[in-house]
Amino acid sequence: MQPEDGTPVVVPHLAESLVSVKVVKWLKSPGDEVKEYEVLCEMETDKVNVEMPSPLEGTLVRILVPEGETAPVGSSMCLIREEKASSEPAQKATAKLQSNEQAAHRARYSPAVLHLAKLHGVDLTQVKGTALGGRISRKDVFAYVRNRDDPKPAAADASVSRHSKLPADAQADGQTHTVPLSSLRQTIARRMSESASSIPHAWMTIEADVSRLVDLRERWKVRFASKEGVRLTITPFVIKAVINAIKDYPILNSSWDSGGIMMKKDIHLSVAVGTEESVVAPVIRHADRKTIAGLAMELDGLVQRTKAGRLTLSDLQDGTFTFNNTGVFGSVLSFPIINPPQAAILTFESVVRKPVVVGQDMVAIRSIANVCLSLDHRILDGMVCGRFLQRVKHYLEQYEPDTPIY
Amino acid sequence: MTYLEAIRTAMSEEMQRDDNVFVLGEDIGKGGVMNATKGMRDRFGEWRVLDTPLTESAIVGVAIGAAMGGMRPIAEIQFADFIYPATNQIISEAAKIRYRSNNDWYCPVVIRAPYGATGGGGLYHSQCPESVFFGTPGLKIVAPSSAYDAKGLLKASIRDNDPVLYFEHKKCYLYVSDEVPDEDYTVPIGKAAVKREGGDITVIAYGMAVHHALKAADELEKEDISVHVLDLRTLQPLDQPAILEAAAKTGKIMIFHEDNKTGGVGAEAAAILAEQLLYELDAPVIRFCPPDIPAVGMSPTLEKFFLPTADRVKEAMRRLAEL
Repeated sequence: MQPEDGTPVVVPHLAESLVSVKVVKWLKSPGDEVKEYEVLCEMETDKVNVEMPSPLEGTLVRILVPEGETAPVGSSMCLIREEKASSEPAQKATAKLQSNEQAAHRARYSPAVLHLAKLHGVDLTQVKGTALGGRISRKDVFAYVRNRDDPKPAAADASVSRHSKLPADAQADGQTHTVPLSSLRQTIARRMSESASSIPHAWMTIEADVSRLVDLRERWKVRFASKEGVRLTITPFVIKAVINAIKDYPILNSSWDSGGIMMKKDIHLSVAVGTEESVVAPVIRHADRKTIAGLAMELDGLVQRTKAGRLTLSDLQDGTFTFNNTGVFGSVLSFPIINPPQAAILTFESVVRKPVVVGQDMVAIRSIANVCLSLDHRILDGMVCGRFLQRVKHYLEQYEPDTPIY
Repeated sequence: MTYLEAIRTAMSEEMQRDDNVFVLGEDIGKGGVMNATKGMRDRFGEWRVLDTPLTESAIVGVAIGAAMGGMRPIAEIQFADFIYPATNQIISEAAKIRYRSNNDWYCPVVIRAPYGATGGGGLYHSQCPESVFFGTPGLKIVAPSSAYDAKGLLKASIRDNDPVLYFEHKKCYLYVSDEVPDEDYTVPIGKAAVKREGGDITVIAYGMAVHHALKAADELEKEDISVHVLDLRTLQPLDQPAILEAAAKTGKIMIFHEDNKTGGVGAEAAAILAEQLLYELDAPVIRFCPPDIPAVGMSPTLEKFFLPTADRVKEAMRRLAEL
């Protein structure tokens, strides 16, 4: 081993579907001392931004993936020289073996792949591997050659690749310019196109009188903020009502599967949180086990972490139903797109004060809100969804001034 | 027509066509334990449907002598599990006569051996002894999987001037039934057949394994995994061009048979691929075969563990597709 060499730090396999990460910012420079678990750099993935902790202690020797560049999972991102290396030879050997093995796996091409790459003049570093562990298979090379020779974008990625490759002459007159796609934007584009094109969507809307809910929240607002340090919005009240209705109609908490409808026992609620550039749906796990106060505090944490770009991958996984409070944008009616592989998505629209008929023949000014549902029509029909929405309405309207929130 | 009827029809038609053709074996006069020769003694008489003592070495030995004397015998071994007493006759005599006599003599004998497990057969009614004979120069080995091939290959074997070991899978007898034309036809020895076209993985199989593979392929199609299935039909000589072509189609190859893994037909096929097709391979060549333990213990648990099924091969096929 050369003195300036070190142990390679490899791009971690953060989640099943992730094959590469983009290095956004290096927090350490060559020559810096690094402690184990100290953050080396910030990375952006298709799903979320994460920090890369150092797997070992030593001196950062060299950065192999510059800022702004994307590296495949398993490739080396930097070299760290371990100070204590010589005193612990066995440990070093193991670490080196592991990292070498991983790196070797990535660049391990089958004879067929090498042969085809030569035949078609393919630079294999440009090919995306879809086989086990991100390996490039023979099919991947064929797909790459097909796309290269016939640059019609594949169906699922159509919108993404079109936008990222605007014709040059359209930009020449200065009338337009292209905003590069963040990987999050690409993911949203891909998932939404997939959902809209593969799931037969149907929509339903009902109106609920949330006057008493609004009153209840007003009663608690100040006390809750001073006691818990968290702003109490109406969202957790609505979420509680939705969760209760899902418990009455568990088919809403399911997924379409080739073998049948997959019913899910746990209710993990994805809550859409918008930022300036995008929207993500972090998950409140076991939402059915939480009180209104508990939901409020968890939601606050997720929103804070979303805005700070500090969501972890586990924050985004395993959602079984999505809730979106579109009312905060002033919307009164939405046709949301289902967050696959879920069966439905529900939006809560603006609370509007308006005159309505109450009782037999009186008109009163009440707080009214629309609740919209998009459903996967393969799984769900109008009947069950109508009943489900009636339950949501029922729970929204049954709040009383003394309904406990803890 | 069932696979069993196809075999019986082929023998009857050949006996009708050629007076030199006759059948011999244990209990075959009353139809044999498998009913393969049912009704044939009434039709052709006891000298052409000849009952023998329970002595496999004699059955094959007599057949070899008759063949060298100008007859075309079809020797039936009751169960392939009982073929071993005749192994010396098959390997050391029948297979070597042409070479040993410098092409003066030849030995047009067919040895029919019902092989494979049907379930509940235990150690001595379930074996797959192909690999014992596989690789013996001078011997041809066929193992059809469909009724069409069973009839066509048996006719081709009877008309062939060299010894042919005809492995008929017992599970196929009544389980497999397909279109068999009335006209006289043969299926050439040494030619494999593509039973299903596909692009993701290639499964090379023979006998009952072909049916398991086809069933698994049907199910995998729903998961967008497209499977190419090659039925070897003849084990010796192996149809190398067909194996190479089918394998090159996908680069991911599984060889699937009911015989034990070590030293089986799959081992030879894998070696052919390694020798001749390295630059087309996209994944390690997989052999999906029962473990190296004696065939099918009497206990249903052991049988279930040992025998390949469509479900189990499907899992292995999916893993290969994802590799």
